[in-house]
Amino acid sequence: MKELLQVQNVKKTFKISAKQQKIQKTKERIKVAVDHLSFTAYQGEVFGLLGSNGAGKTTTLRMMAALITPDEGDVVVDGTSVVKSPAEVRGKIGFLTSELKLEEFFTPNYLFDFFAELHGVEKEAAVKRKRELFEKFQISQFAEVKVANLSTGMKQKVSLVISIVHDPDIIIFDEPTNGLDVLTARVVTDFLLELKEQGKTIVVSTHIFSLIEKICDRVGIIIDGKMAVCDTLEHLTAGKSLEERFFDIYAERAGESYEK
Amino acid sequence: MKSNVITVMKKEFTRFFMDRRMVLTTLLMPGIMIYLLYSFMGQGFVSSHEDYQARVCVQNLPESIEAMAAQGEAIVFSEISGEQEREQAVKELEEGEEGYDLVAVFPEGFEEQVAAYDMSAGGQAPAVELYYNSANTDSQSAYSILLEVLDTYESSLANKFDVNPGENVYDLATEEDMSVQIFSMMVPMLLMVFLFSGCMAIAPESIAGEKERGTIATLLVTPMKRSHLALGKIVSLSVIAILCGFSSFVGTMLSLPKLMGGEVSINANVYGIQDYLMLLLVILSTALVIVALVSIVSAYAKNVKEATSWVTPIMIVSMLLGVTSMVDSLCMTEPVWFLIPLYNSAQCMSGIFSLEADMVNIAVTVVANICYAGVGVFVLTKMFDSEKVMFSK
Ligand SMILES: Nc1ncnc2c1ncn2[C@@H]1O[C@H](COP(=O)(O)OP(=O)(O)OP(=O)(O)O)[C@@H](O)[C@H]1O
Ligand SMILES: [Mg+2]
Repeated sequence: MKELLQVQNVKKTFKISAKQQKIQKTKERIKVAVDHLSFTAYQGEVFGLLGSNGAGKTTTLRMMAALITPDEGDVVVDGTSVVKSPAEVRGKIGFLTSELKLEEFFTPNYLFDFFAELHGVEKEAAVKRKRELFEKFQISQFAEVKVANLSTGMKQKVSLVISIVHDPDIIIFDEPTNGLDVLTARVVTDFLLELKEQGKTIVVSTHIFSLIEKICDRVGIIIDGKMAVCDTLEHLTAGKSLEERFFDIYAERAGESYEK
Repeated sequence: MKSNVITVMKKEFTRFFMDRRMVLTTLLMPGIMIYLLYSFMGQGFVSSHEDYQARVCVQNLPESIEAMAAQGEAIVFSEISGEQEREQAVKELEEGEEGYDLVAVFPEGFEEQVAAYDMSAGGQAPAVELYYNSANTDSQSAYSILLEVLDTYESSLANKFDVNPGENVYDLATEEDMSVQIFSMMVPMLLMVFLFSGCMAIAPESIAGEKERGTIATLLVTPMKRSHLALGKIVSLSVIAILCGFSSFVGTMLSLPKLMGGEVSINANVYGIQDYLMLLLVILSTALVIVALVSIVSAYAKNVKEATSWVTPIMIVSMLLGVTSMVDSLCMTEPVWFLIPLYNSAQCMSGIFSLEADMVNIAVTVVANICYAGVGVFVLTKMFDSEKVMFSK
């Protein structure tokens, strides 16, 4: 199996502003968001990054998408380093951040064309791809409705579709089912499985166990910016439920830091 | 992928022009509002002063003055006598009571005193006291009307020569000169304000707004060059800012004659095609500078509100720079001064309008402004590239 995406010992720290210090009730000036983290995603697999709030999932994914630069280490995406050629990496991946939003004023149709142009997709290819994707995800009837007037689920679907206008082989989604009701979450899950079937390599972050169990081949559990375990779903759970395993590992870790 | 600049521009234009409310409130409304406002104000001036009559309370009114005032029909006298009545009238005027606009006190036997007065012999000249309230427009008008009558009276006493008698036209200022003066005084500042407010209406929304709502991240995950994003935004926002400024400008120009009470007709035909061309260059380059400035501030801000509040002081400074064209001692002619952004624009516009444009200075201005805008694009690019600015918490 081809190692399509390698996260190599990345570290990321943030300076905490005085305002944030108050909000987070901390005196520390520097926050280590991701602490020497490594993992590999293989071609055609779905990799799940599991962690609680503030664990460092978003920071990790942003480094993979070349939106922010790691302090140490590197991410190699299909042979390209994010540190050395970030723009090239951006062209190779489809990225959906949890904070990604669409401009309310525009229609899905317009936004699709706009991002297709920015990604340098040929006109004809873009038209064909739009027809396919819009049909598959039932966006066609809403194609000319302003994003502001779409339901949350529909907005998320449009966001997903737009993040893959350029048909990337590697797809990185940050909490794609966050804040969605069960029905819409199901739509997203099906969407991801569909992409997997097409042979895409996918990395998703989440704190929802069921999502991982449903779609992931491989799981990494992040606690406090560190990779606690990283293995195939089968090996990791070993007959137990993922939730049980997560809390086992969490307790182990918490115990460790307790002793220190 | 040079076309990305065009793509970004197209999106900005679509955002603006397809939004009927946006077009109405930021493009059409300012021009229309200014036009209506100034026209109404002009109307007010005209109607309130056309058949105004000054109500003057007067003590010891000399006949000659009365006769002279009667010709103009602008004064209604009511006579009073005695210290007490006079004090009463002055007090009423002071307290702003309706009744009189002015209290005039002539010494007793004014005409004889004037006739007897010999300037060469020295001594006290007969004095007329005029009590009025300069804070009250009616009172102020009464004062000037009466003063004029007295002036005429005074010059009629020693009529050794006449200045401008008869009906001839002596004021040789042509319509052209008037236009030139009005344009060169008012327009630089107005244009500066209009460009700024046009820019304020859109740039914070387009840059800080995208940051605030998180949509800028959608753009940043594409392989598009940051410089293309910066350039596309600045150029398209400049075009829109110029259109907004133009709307306000047209509104002002159409209503200015009305504001002046119809006495002055402003004639823009004074200017030739080169003047307009130079003006266009100066305005374009100025818009670029202003948009670059506001965009950079907006990119630093966390949200639209913060951006607007940061831009306001800059706008005030630029208004002050616009006013420099009205003050002679601040009008420099050496080209070096024309390296100062915004100041150079105000000076150039004033120069063009007063038909005294200096080609070198205009060239310096345009080139300098384009350079500043270029630096602005560069800085904005760096900001789009900076995770600290774009993803700050
Ligand atoms: N730009 C930033 N400046 C300062 N601190 C930051 C910044 N971005 C993230 N952090 C901090 O780094 C830590 C990890 O954040 P991150 O967003 O990666 O967590 P997460 O796992 O995605 O959590 P969530 O489930 O809340 O999305 C948090 O403590 C956060 O406060
Ligand atoms: Mg997150």
